[in-house]
Amino acid sequence: MFALSISNLHKTYKSGLKALSGVTLNVQDGEFFGLLGPNGAGKTTIIGIITSLVTKTEGTVNIFGMDIDKNFSSAKRLIGVVPQEYNFSIFEKVQDIVIQQAGYYGISRKEAVKSSEKYLKKLSLWDKRNVAARELSGGMKRRLMIARGLVHEPKLLILDEPTAGVDVELRRGMWDFLEELNRNGRTIILTTHYLEEAEQLCNKIAIITKGKIVENTSKREMLRKLDKETFLCDTKEVVTVLAPLENVTFSLVDEKTIEFTKNKSQSINRIFEHLNGQSIIVDSMRNKTNRLEELFIKMVK
Amino acid sequence: MMKRSLTSFSTIARKEMTRIFRIWMQTLVPPVIMISLYFIIFGGFIGSQLSDISGYSYMAFIAPGLIMMSIITNSYSNTVSSFFSTKFQRNIEELLVSPTPNWVIVLGYISGGMTRGISIGILVSIVSLVFIRLPFFNIFYIVLFAFLTSFVFSLAGMINGIFAKKFDDISIIPTFVITPLTYLGGVFYSISLLPEFWQTLSKANPIVYMISGFRYGFLGISDINIWTGIGMLILFSVLLFSLTLYLLKKGIGIRT
Repeated sequence: MFALSISNLHKTYKSGLKALSGVTLNVQDGEFFGLLGPNGAGKTTIIGIITSLVTKTEGTVNIFGMDIDKNFSSAKRLIGVVPQEYNFSIFEKVQDIVIQQAGYYGISRKEAVKSSEKYLKKLSLWDKRNVAARELSGGMKRRLMIARGLVHEPKLLILDEPTAGVDVELRRGMWDFLEELNRNGRTIILTTHYLEEAEQLCNKIAIITKGKIVENTSKREMLRKLDKETFLCDTKEVVTVLAPLENVTFSLVDEKTIEFTKNKSQSINRIFEHLNGQSIIVDSMRNKTNRLEELFIKMVK
Repeated sequence: MMKRSLTSFSTIARKEMTRIFRIWMQTLVPPVIMISLYFIIFGGFIGSQLSDISGYSYMAFIAPGLIMMSIITNSYSNTVSSFFSTKFQRNIEELLVSPTPNWVIVLGYISGGMTRGISIGILVSIVSLVFIRLPFFNIFYIVLFAFLTSFVFSLAGMINGIFAKKFDDISIIPTFVITPLTYLGGVFYSISLLPEFWQTLSKANPIVYMISGFRYGFLGISDINIWTGIGMLILFSVLLFSLTLYLLKKGIGIRT
């Protein structure tokens, strides 16, 4: 069963800007799906159409098999959305914002109070429940929008750059929370600029550019497409000279850091044997660049 | 389905009412002060120098008009400012992404406009008792005209809010259309005192029917046929409600 099925979606704005040109996309129930693309690629337009903030020019959108045009109410009940920009009343109290959202979904006030408590506690906002939203920090505002998006227990959660402008610690916390939601059976669609985020969280990734999907596959398959990888190695002792090795490019970043680039098909053992032969002991090793980032840049060029 | 819609409606209505009473210094107090000044200046100082109209003192004649004027302006300004600020802060999206039907959104916002309009109407009526003992000729007409007029102007305010793109846009219609039509709608005079041409022209002003009908409920005198007034208000209610629904369905001003 597809949680989301988009077929031949087109959108041309009144200004004449063609934002989407025949987007077709399927997201399986239970997937953690990443939608990546540069600014203005059409990511937010797709989310806008799914959530009916943007009217489509052509195409169909189905949520768990239900056409959003024909089964407007039932389909919408299954979607939760966390937008890119803050869109709550800054004068209202945190818990009121979440309870009201539940009310719009027809959830009784009693149930809404319970559900808001559950998610405000999970997102560490319970202490702020009686504070006006304008007094929250940027990270808290983002978490408030996540709580609001979940209060009616949607089966499909769509997050549009949820960690933009959030500090590293909080971002990691949000990742853990989203992974837990996904493990518990919720389908998640995420757009992000942080490719590291997509690599960490998503099991399927689509890349959109200029209103068209240019790649749509599993993360594993996508990473396999990379033909070269660059690593950084921290050494125990100072290294001054490095012997060359066929099909591998070595360089010294500093006296105790080696950088090497190899073909993906090559074994890494061969490189360690080569370094061992020169009595170079490697303490630790890491990817130099985000692997997905390299691929992303290639695809959107 | 209906139960869910009712919950959505009560959520919007509750939010609107919380807003009105949270900022009562902006929403409730200023109109009451303004209308009190009208009573003192026009009813007291100037009115005492004027002769009776249709057997009632000038103060008694203008009191229903002043109450209706406050209902009109406050019903309108509540929905236009509330709906526009919801658009401006983009929290209208909270409603648009939800399954709330458009008719529920309209009724929710109208409930806010009517709550404020009628509340201020009641407050102004209480204030008027300080100046004059108003008769109640027929309470049915008072309630009916107050209710329908508040409904119509709440809808008009919402339509203004739907089209408004900046804060200036929410004050143009009240300043250049509603205020002149209200002042020329027989609040301070009976249109029967006007030359025939101006009487005919005044009858093209819908506010004349609202004020006259409301005044009829208090004093039992009217410049127009009461049932024509009721018919017009019902017609306006249906037309503006349908137009508001159409605009929301088309996404005018709220969807891209």
